Amino acid sequence: MNAAAGHGVSVLVGNCGKTFADGTRALEPASLDIARGETLVLLGPSGCGKTTMLRIIAGLEAPDPGGKVLFDGKDMTAVPIERRNVGMVFQSYALFPNMSVADNIGYGLKIRGVKKDERAARVAELVALTNISGLESRRIDQLSGGQRQRVALARAVAIRPGILLLDEPLTALDAALRERLRGELNRLLRALGITTIYVTHDQAEAMELGDRIVVMRNGAIAQIGSPREIYFTPQNRFVAEFIGAANIIEAPLENGHLVLPGGRQPIDGNASQPGAVAMIRPETIGIVSPANAPLSGTIDSVSFIGDRQRLIISAAADRPLTVDAPNTIRATIGERVGLSIAPDAVRLLPPDN
Amino acid sequence: MRDRLIFASQLVFTLLVAAFLVVPAGLSIVAGVTVNYFRGIQSGVTLQWVAQVWELYAGTIALSFLIAFATLAVTLLAGVPAAYALHVRGGRLSRAIEELITLPLAIPGLAIALALLLTYGGFSEFRRSWLFILVGHVVFTMPFMVRSVMAVFGTLDIRTLDEGAASLGASPWRRFRDVIVPNAVPGILAGSLMVVTLSLGEFNLTWMLHTPLTKTLPIGLADSYASMRLEVASAYTLIFFIMIIPLLVAMQMFADREQAR
Repeated sequence: MNAAAGHGVSVLVGNCGKTFADGTRALEPASLDIARGETLVLLGPSGCGKTTMLRIIAGLEAPDPGGKVLFDGKDMTAVPIERRNVGMVFQSYALFPNMSVADNIGYGLKIRGVKKDERAARVAELVALTNISGLESRRIDQLSGGQRQRVALARAVAIRPGILLLDEPLTALDAALRERLRGELNRLLRALGITTIYVTHDQAEAMELGDRIVVMRNGAIAQIGSPREIYFTPQNRFVAEFIGAANIIEAPLENGHLVLPGGRQPIDGNASQPGAVAMIRPETIGIVSPANAPLSGTIDSVSFIGDRQRLIISAAADRPLTVDAPNTIRATIGERVGLSIAPDAVRLLPPDN
Repeated sequence: MRDRLIFASQLVFTLLVAAFLVVPAGLSIVAGVTVNYFRGIQSGVTLQWVAQVWELYAGTIALSFLIAFATLAVTLLAGVPAAYALHVRGGRLSRAIEELITLPLAIPGLAIALALLLTYGGFSEFRRSWLFILVGHVVFTMPFMVRSVMAVFGTLDIRTLDEGAASLGASPWRRFRDVIVPNAVPGILAGSLMVVTLSLGEFNLTWMLHTPLTKTLPIGLADSYASMRLEVASAYTLIFFIMIIPLLVAMQMFADREQAR
């Protein structure tokens, strides 16, 4: 999606930290720049500060002094949430039990003084968009989890917000439904083209939905980048291990070669470093004949997953390597195999942490 | 067979306990319509005592209901927003305030009354009016309203509902009116039920605060026990029953219907 063609506001978060009254630091001062129409995903394990960041942008939490939140360049730091024109989907959905589905969706419009006919038309439009036709007069406790999620989304979008904020909107659902709604949500967000901030701890959600992903850890930003950047060029060990599967190797580096128990693995460049840390993704490792491979090891275990098979190779590196091999090759436990890894598939990480 | 025996003995025990509690009430009611209680029911059945009570004490009954519903109005107007504020704000200060509101439950009514008299007894207009008793009743019943409303808030995640409404643009007042109050109705009803019944039956505090011209129903009852025939006092109890039972049943039914919704 071309950002300039998007809808909604651009968001600038300047130096926003959050220290709670009891002294806990939920968020180190951090800055974000979110383009109009962009979908930004805040990703990280629980307690990493992602929800606090979202709540600061929403106006539900005030940042520590010195922090600023700007929408389209306008300072919103002191503006309460009810005047920020944000659409928010809560993890628990926060649907009003005393109102019907239609009244929930139309509530924001009612607050804005939109006339009844116009309101009904907009509600009908959103009911169609989110696929909940026929549920308009239901009460909230008569809905399934997936239906509630759609109503919450419809309600947040109904007010034509400048920015859509989603706080783990799929977490409360079971796995199969989550996956289906993820695809649906992706199509919907792309169709709306509105600035979106999406909080999740699920990397698959982050990959599918995000234009950019902000990986967070212990209240600080670990890396910001496109899903590809985050996956292929993680800047530190935490990001490498949190996103996808990763082999992290510690070995001396000599003239552009990692010196490993099972051989010498070339990398890009010809650097030398006594205790290098490198990451190799399991799917970038090829299984070849050990005869003239630079690196070899022994197959320790084979798990057939269907579309591929996952091998654990020992004696190649300082720890067992995980290899995702095609499901067609024959692999036997105990067999000695060569490993072929392209030099540019080996990613050096900063040694500490 | 053994189960049935156990059941039967449990039933008998329960009925005995119930009878222990119900028989005095029944006797009291019977006494209220007996011509001469010492000669027993064979002396005849009469409504003269009821009529006499009505003549003498109708004012206390009216005043009791006035005070009960005024107390309800004050606890609703102050207690429900207070519960909302305390729940949403949270934190140590809110806890402290909640404890403070609850404190009158632990303090004897007499002590509260004494404190009110010491502080406001000098304002003779206020001291002589029924509003003085109203203040005592509000202090005494407020924790029941605040607590039962807060209990409902606790089960609903009212804070997230509040945030949800805020995100849609609703001002604090709109949120309170459109989302908080409608969802707190079960707690508000339960609290109202308690406030009204407690106020109607309150004696300790009221006894200290009342004047000869501001007697409530329980005060009149004590008065009649002390200075009238036993039949008159019993007729008074009968009137009390007739007044309060339908009220309780009505409010309970209302609460049940709301819960079943």
